Amino acid sequence: MNSEIVVSVCMGTGGIAAGGDMVMKAFQEEFAEAGVANATVVEHSRLHKVGCRGFCARDVLVDISVNGIVSTYQYIQPDMVKRLVSDHCIGARPVSEWLVGDDYHTFHDNQTKIVLGDLGKIDPESIDEYIRVDGYKAAEKVLTTMTPAEVIETVKKSGLRGRGGGGFPTGVKWGFCAANDSDQYYIICNADEGDPGAFMDRSVVEGNPHAMIEGMIIGAYAIGATVGYVYIRAEYPLAVDRLHLALKEAKEKGFLGEKLFGTDFNLKIKVKLGAGAFVCGEETALIASIEGERGMPRAKPPFPANKGLWGKPTIINNVETFANLPHILNKGADWYAAIGSAKSKGTKVIALTGKIRNTGLIEIPMGMPLKEIIFNIGGGIEGDKLFKAVQTGGPSGGCIPQQHIDLPVDYEGLASVGSMMGSGGMVVLDETDCMVNISKFFLEFTQSESCGKCVPCRLGTKRLLEILTRITEGEGKEGDIELLQELAEDVRDSSLCGLGMSAPNPVLSTIKYFRHEYEAHIKQKKCPAKVCNKLLTFFIRQDMCVGCGMCMRACSVNAISGEKKQPHKIDNSLCIQCGSCFDACKFSAVLKE
Amino acid sequence: MDTQTTATLEAIYDKCAANEDNIITVLQEIQKEFGYIQEEVVHWFSERSNIPASKYYGVVTFYSQFHQHPRGKNIVTVCCGTVCHVKGAPRIIAKVREDLKLGEDQVTTKDMQFTLERVNCVGACSIAPVVLVNEKVLGKVTPSKMVKSLKEHKG
Repeated sequence: MNSEIVVSVCMGTGGIAAGGDMVMKAFQEEFAEAGVANATVVEHSRLHKVGCRGFCARDVLVDISVNGIVSTYQYIQPDMVKRLVSDHCIGARPVSEWLVGDDYHTFHDNQTKIVLGDLGKIDPESIDEYIRVDGYKAAEKVLTTMTPAEVIETVKKSGLRGRGGGGFPTGVKWGFCAANDSDQYYIICNADEGDPGAFMDRSVVEGNPHAMIEGMIIGAYAIGATVGYVYIRAEYPLAVDRLHLALKEAKEKGFLGEKLFGTDFNLKIKVKLGAGAFVCGEETALIASIEGERGMPRAKPPFPANKGLWGKPTIINNVETFANLPHILNKGADWYAAIGSAKSKGTKVIALTGKIRNTGLIEIPMGMPLKEIIFNIGGGIEGDKLFKAVQTGGPSGGCIPQQHIDLPVDYEGLASVGSMMGSGGMVVLDETDCMVNISKFFLEFTQSESCGKCVPCRLGTKRLLEILTRITEGEGKEGDIELLQELAEDVRDSSLCGLGMSAPNPVLSTIKYFRHEYEAHIKQKKCPAKVCNKLLTFFIRQDMCVGCGMCMRACSVNAISGEKKQPHKIDNSLCIQCGSCFDACKFSAVLKE
Repeated sequence: MDTQTTATLEAIYDKCAANEDNIITVLQEIQKEFGYIQEEVVHWFSERSNIPASKYYGVVTFYSQFHQHPRGKNIVTVCCGTVCHVKGAPRIIAKVREDLKLGEDQVTTKDMQFTLERVNCVGACSIAPVVLVNEKVLGKVTPSKMVKSLKEHKG
């Protein structure tokens, strides 16, 4: 048998969490074992680590390629490997029942992949693989044939806007920076992805770190920076490791360090680990953190492009923005500007999660309607429940209801309904989610992440959270909604940085679209979605209860009584609505109302 | 402070000074070595580097990564991202607190076996709710699955 066998195992964080490393190990062992009988199998099979290919809901995903024909398997576990090796790799009979179905293709075929294009195909731990797919060609072209002004002009013409959330035109920002007369310029990559529900930057760094590094080289050349920083979350250990490796490899190849590509241009890139502060996603706070200070933002202007790190002109872009650049410089500004909508060009990587069938990482052209994302690519709502809202932009964004389902997803579209693009998290909510609870959840987050420098944010978020907590615990008062609105608007209008300015968005958007839920909590003391425990009454359906006693043991206040094998009862005067009995019951006999 | 600790601190100081590292990196190194930031270590560094201790404390208290108290043998980190929240993270936390008998503001058990922590998001939203027990990632966690996992780690 002389066939070439390549097995690729998805090894992003999602893949590893689902057991990717175990699957990989099983393949190694299985190949070694099979190799005893037929040595060529081992010799001709290559095991690949690949980064995230986006469809994390189906992990562990495994590609088996025999003589160039690729089959993709889903939900692979270590105990299934034996059969894959014996039937497919050796026997050339693919195991049809484990192959991915049509929805795998629907998921991928409706996307436009630029940034994610090579993810899941190349080994992120090998620079040669990146070079094989034309990696570092754009950087070489830029450094050897273009002037910095030409690079900035190309980026301006492409219409690329910052993917970190603000959406400021990248080329324009670079132009501001380059216009300064300074002895030193800095370029910073913001990989401090702190939004709950967002993991696009992590996936890019894990799956294709060189694309981001190449983007940084291009940016550094355009503004004249010789020192760069990658500010990355310490909570992403795999991404940090792969980044370090990629930087080392790039340096060895002469793509970083001194005299890049034989020119006189030098660039050194350092890694700074974030220490866990959401506010450090804000430019000026991030700069303070790199300088070793408390990560607190300062008033702008002066903007970092004029006075940034150590007072020098500094450009900060996020991972996805940098990863777009090699493609723009390779294929041209016109190619890029042809993708997307009128004011938002190109594509956006979105972490599609929540109560949806196909969760994962997707990339869509700007302007794609929400409906298509959720129902075509996402495959609709999990468990055939009803769609309620989609939360975009993380704690800075808002909730978009059913009535705006045809909204185009771009910077302007999302802003028009009181939400924002943010870094691109999209959490789909169904009928069992309580919007007051969601709003409280985000305020808990922003309140604890508020750095405390400016009063509106420090005290405003605290008071907003107190009112929301009161409402969800049945202590809501007449006038609370109006008070929330007034306070939210004040916090929005008077906070120092983006964190405070956008923190009220979840409150304002849920009041705007789901006011009736707030009213039900305050006036009827009811939670329509049955989430806020304090507003619920728990009871046991006598016809469903088998008397197993699980609920009785779970109850911490002894509110449940009943004989063995006889239906049990809850004493509501003792019940503290903790929900333990509901979680403990295996027969769906505990109900809440 | 014993001589061995001083030698370790001296080594961290030299390494960081050579790299021109800032306070955050210094503290990250200290925490990697000792598990948490001890008061006497901060004062040692403050004197050695001629930077006021208040400056160190400013940084320690600002960033959530730094711990000022010793942590348990096992670290249970519950992801509190949006998806984990809507899929039941609060119930998991309540269960862990109940099972480990943790008081309201208590995060570490008296026997120093467990510390309960939260993380904003680990980005494994497709298998939410997610809990990390030490380095191991548990997906689609239920309260009963959580109790089972804790039991495995109880001595």
